[in-house]
Amino acid sequence: MELLERIHVLSQADKLKPVREVIKEIAEKQKCAPENVECMVMAINEGCMNIMQHAYAEDEEGEILLEFYKDGQELVVRIYDFAETVDKATIKSRDLDDIRPGGLGVHIINKVMDKVEYLDGPDGIGNLLEMRKKIKSK
Amino acid sequence: MKYPVQTQGDYTILSLTGDVDLSCSPQAREQILKELKKKKPLLVSLLEVDYIDSSGVASLVEGFQVARKEKIEFGLVGVSKAAMQVLQLARLDKVFPIYDSIEECVNK
Repeated sequence: MELLERIHVLSQADKLKPVREVIKEIAEKQKCAPENVECMVMAINEGCMNIMQHAYAEDEEGEILLEFYKDGQELVVRIYDFAETVDKATIKSRDLDDIRPGGLGVHIINKVMDKVEYLDGPDGIGNLLEMRKKIKSK
Repeated sequence: MKYPVQTQGDYTILSLTGDVDLSCSPQAREQILKELKKKKPLLVSLLEVDYIDSSGVASLVEGFQVARKEKIEFGLVGVSKAAMQVLQLARLDKVFPIYDSIEECVNK
């Protein structure tokens, strides 16, 4: 896998927009299909937001590391946090028929990305979300 | 960030604009709930929304639930393409009353 970009951001809501802009730039530079760029922007925004709201529980000094890779015909993004390790069994989408605020982020991520994996962070520190998306549309 | 509010007949129209993400969805939520306290029909315009994430959608869902509980009319109007994409992903396009224009709602 070829590393394209590595970005560090703090767990602050106003960092989401600049992150979205960077993702768009990276994906477009790789000639990613426009609809796939939108999917990546959505999924990475939701992934970072979940970290801000849940892993760091609004601790604005928490660090988020994003790595972008090209792996053949796929773009791979890894989002690391350094918060307490989360029980992966608790990461799930809510039932969409149960209409209530919240719980949609995981559903959106699963829906728009080709492959999604929740892993423990390196050396057992924090959490890692790895997502893959094809560069070209099917 | 304070979103513009206007009235048309009995309806209050709250217009969300720009990127409705975690940095401003708490304000959107607060304004929606504040308007609903006036017990008047509320339309939330998404015409000028460039991006909305699940926190923004959660504000709309909460408004919808409060309105339903209080028996206040609540709907979305002029939903932008970006906002509709997220609502469809969450299958909420079949839950919210959605109108193309304020007139369509007022004259229904």
